[in-house]
Amino acid sequence: MHDSVRVGVYVCHCGRNIEGTIDVREVAEYAATLPGVALARDYRYMCSDPGQELIRQDIRDQDLNRVVVAACSPCLHEKTFRHVLEQAGLNPYFFQMVNIREHASWVHEDRRAATVKAKDLIRAAVRRVRLHRPLERRQVSIHPDVLVVGGGIAGIHAALTLANSGKHVYLVEREPTIGGHMAQFDKTFPTLDCAACILTPKMTAVKMHPKITLWTLSEVARVEGYVGNYQVTVRRKPRYVLEDVCIGCLECIEACVYKQAKVPDAFNVGLSKRKPVYIPFPQAVPQVVVIDPETCIEFKSGRCKKTCVEVCADRKAIDFHQQEELKTIDVGAIILATGFQVFDGRRLPYYGYGAYPNVYTALEVERLVNAAGPTAGEIVMRDGRRPRSVGIVHCVGSRDVHTNAYCSRVCCMYSLKLAHLIKERTSAEVYNFYIDIRAPGKGFEEFYNRVAEEGTYLVRGKVADVYPADHDGRLMLQVEDTLLGMVRKIPVDMVVLATGLEPQADAQQVRRLFNISCSTEGFFLERHPKLAPVSTFTEGIFLAGCCQGPKDIPDSVAQAGAAAGEALALIDAGSIELEPNTAHVLAEACSGCKTCVPMCPYQAISFNETEKKAQINEVLCKGCGTCVAACPSGSIQQNLFEDDEIFEEIAGVLEYA
Amino acid sequence: MADKPKVAFYWCAACGGCEEAIVDLGEGLLEVAAAVEIVFWPVALDFKRRDIEQLADHSLAAAFVNGAIRTGEQEEMARLLSAKAQLLFAFGSCAHLGGIPGLANLFTSREVLATAYPPDNFPRHACRDNGHALELPELFDTVRPLDQVVPVDYYVPGCPPTPRIIQSALQALLSDTLPPRGSVLAPDVALCEECPRKDSRPPDLTVAAFHRPHQIVIDEEKCMLAQGILCLGPATRGGCEAPCIRGNMPCTGCFGPTSRVRDFGGKALSAVASVAADEAALEAIPDPVGAFYRYSLPASLLRRKKNGGDR
Repeated sequence: MHDSVRVGVYVCHCGRNIEGTIDVREVAEYAATLPGVALARDYRYMCSDPGQELIRQDIRDQDLNRVVVAACSPCLHEKTFRHVLEQAGLNPYFFQMVNIREHASWVHEDRRAATVKAKDLIRAAVRRVRLHRPLERRQVSIHPDVLVVGGGIAGIHAALTLANSGKHVYLVEREPTIGGHMAQFDKTFPTLDCAACILTPKMTAVKMHPKITLWTLSEVARVEGYVGNYQVTVRRKPRYVLEDVCIGCLECIEACVYKQAKVPDAFNVGLSKRKPVYIPFPQAVPQVVVIDPETCIEFKSGRCKKTCVEVCADRKAIDFHQQEELKTIDVGAIILATGFQVFDGRRLPYYGYGAYPNVYTALEVERLVNAAGPTAGEIVMRDGRRPRSVGIVHCVGSRDVHTNAYCSRVCCMYSLKLAHLIKERTSAEVYNFYIDIRAPGKGFEEFYNRVAEEGTYLVRGKVADVYPADHDGRLMLQVEDTLLGMVRKIPVDMVVLATGLEPQADAQQVRRLFNISCSTEGFFLERHPKLAPVSTFTEGIFLAGCCQGPKDIPDSVAQAGAAAGEALALIDAGSIELEPNTAHVLAEACSGCKTCVPMCPYQAISFNETEKKAQINEVLCKGCGTCVAACPSGSIQQNLFEDDEIFEEIAGVLEYA
Repeated sequence: MADKPKVAFYWCAACGGCEEAIVDLGEGLLEVAAAVEIVFWPVALDFKRRDIEQLADHSLAAAFVNGAIRTGEQEEMARLLSAKAQLLFAFGSCAHLGGIPGLANLFTSREVLATAYPPDNFPRHACRDNGHALELPELFDTVRPLDQVVPVDYYVPGCPPTPRIIQSALQALLSDTLPPRGSVLAPDVALCEECPRKDSRPPDLTVAAFHRPHQIVIDEEKCMLAQGILCLGPATRGGCEAPCIRGNMPCTGCFGPTSRVRDFGGKALSAVASVAADEAALEAIPDPVGAFYRYSLPASLLRRKKNGGDR
């Protein structure tokens, strides 16, 4: 095969990106002298239509059977050029891409050295590509159903978008109701829409939709399979109430032997109490009560009068014997919309949250200003007073290397919104203590100006300390006002901490469950920050909402729509082609030592007990190469990364020109 | 007699175990002796170097050379036998991969000699004593396997090769059924394939701590690695029938790698690292080069410690 190899080498200028630092003409002239190279050219933009046509033309006219393109990263254009080969009738894997932009021109200033390095890299690719073998892509069919994990606004929107296009959606939510954090908010910035008014119709639509199977109190327990063909096991926890029998009359709550509600209500962030049988909030979906076995007397003692059962009467919706269920579903795509958790204010003791009753988190104030909240919208502090002055502390747990270095994106705007609402309801004096006001969204700057004009005090400075100002429960905020250039001490009745957004506490477990990655701060990692923002490195798994990073409602909804669109594109294609750079076991050579089996991050390797040999499911294999390196007897090979190819490439780099 | 193929046996840097292995063929040796004409075998028969020198080139059907090459004399003999023989067999781990003498590649020849000789009385390549010119074979800085000196046609692996491996090599030679040149005359599958304890290895093995064989009581049924005993069976070519394992000792890798592996120690290390619970477990392995490259340092990608001499 070597004798007949005719390599074409193409050196891209990438405008000035490469040509500015590398002598592309010299590199092309050098490449033309390498063994096996039939021709070498340089061109302004290889990825452009004329650039691609150049290659096609040469393949036809010059009888090329291997192509090397020295340009940018293969992440960007490897697919482009493989397609060019395919169009010209060559196997697309007779191609090797050399990254002389990221690996040479962008990282060097010395033109001479960068040029030499480009030559070295091209020489390695030319030597390697001669060994390439033709490979075929594998086709797998796509199951049309979709799983959406998380029933916040992102999950709801994604589920509805998919269901409206006729796909069957399983929406799995951990809590007893869908709605997520948005259901807890009163108004939304900057338009001051009522959150419930815009959210609850969508929640109801989910429940009513014939194409959506809604499972609340449920969690994904296991994920197997691969793109287009996932088998997902969902654990449905018992509600102790038959969901299809209960009509949500709530009489059982009234009838509960607990005359007083005694359990802190999670939906109201502990600001009110509920009974062991409860409904999270009036518009909960499903409109069905839930019994909390941790606090229900029947579960604790088995000797309750069960007045709830009595009042339910013939309906018989309450079932204390309900058991956890495992459901297995087949889906083609998965959208993760698992949301965020709020930064715990206790982690910054100098702000006094948990120590001083009049220090609140923003989410608590959301509930206080909410008409459906524990105070019916009245802003009343824990000591029963109405605040006459309120200090809102921005960036709590955000933009600080000691907690989270990133900006949580929503706090500035929700703080301004809370300032407006507090002022509107109480006429209190409101201070916002900020590092920078970040108002980059549509209508955000205008809202900021409006709130400023309403008379909210805006103090630029990071609050250093919160401490009692007197014996009446007033609190002193100490802050360096960086605009005045002085330290100020401002007494207020109520402090509101604009706590930031964090990855869910179990984000790492969820990441492992779905075989995706997290970025350093712990949010799920998208495949590409710009060009694949809702995809992950695992095919068929998409991201929506704050599980990918802090974002506001419009962005979450937009991302959910995008994720649904990606899932639709995948499903409607009907099948998908898998890259053939997978690993395979040489069955006759495998000794059955099992070293590789636990190594695979994708569970693609199993041990065949009959043959006593390892085997790789090439559909599951992502071509990471871990097993290839681990196999002690060299009995696993990977297409495009065979030892000969890699050693030839190394020899090519080291062979000095 | 004249029709019988002529064969030669020779030893270079070796312990003598390979010679012993041939003698260990027992009655089988008589069959060999009946089938071939042994023209050179310094350890057992009184032939001289000139007996070989006088032979025409390619007049030997085969030469079996054991031991690594670390002196000038060994290199000369290897070249001589290579010229006279139609087929050159690297016999045993030292000729195959450099063997245990190859661990000397962690040192220079001076450092090696300094362990035995006082600084003022180092053996020298050439010297004069009482007016006489004396010459000793040069001791090279670097120990080499046979194929780094002369082209090798076949490899008989093992430290030493087992009787069955020797028998089948000789049979293949006599019946003209040798595989392609360059082959190692043993199965190209790792030892686990034929290990009597194969089934006892759990599929998700993690080793929290490695022990040396004398530190624990080794279960005679259970996979060595599963007991935390460093066993290189997964990386080592099989065909030996696992005598060490049957003797309740781990495989140390004397048969070398399969044909698909270029660096035995690197692969063995990567396999062991794959099951080690953490870095601490790996760091507790004493003498890593001696453990993973016990028989193959000169045949590894690096061949020797860098600060040595020219070879």
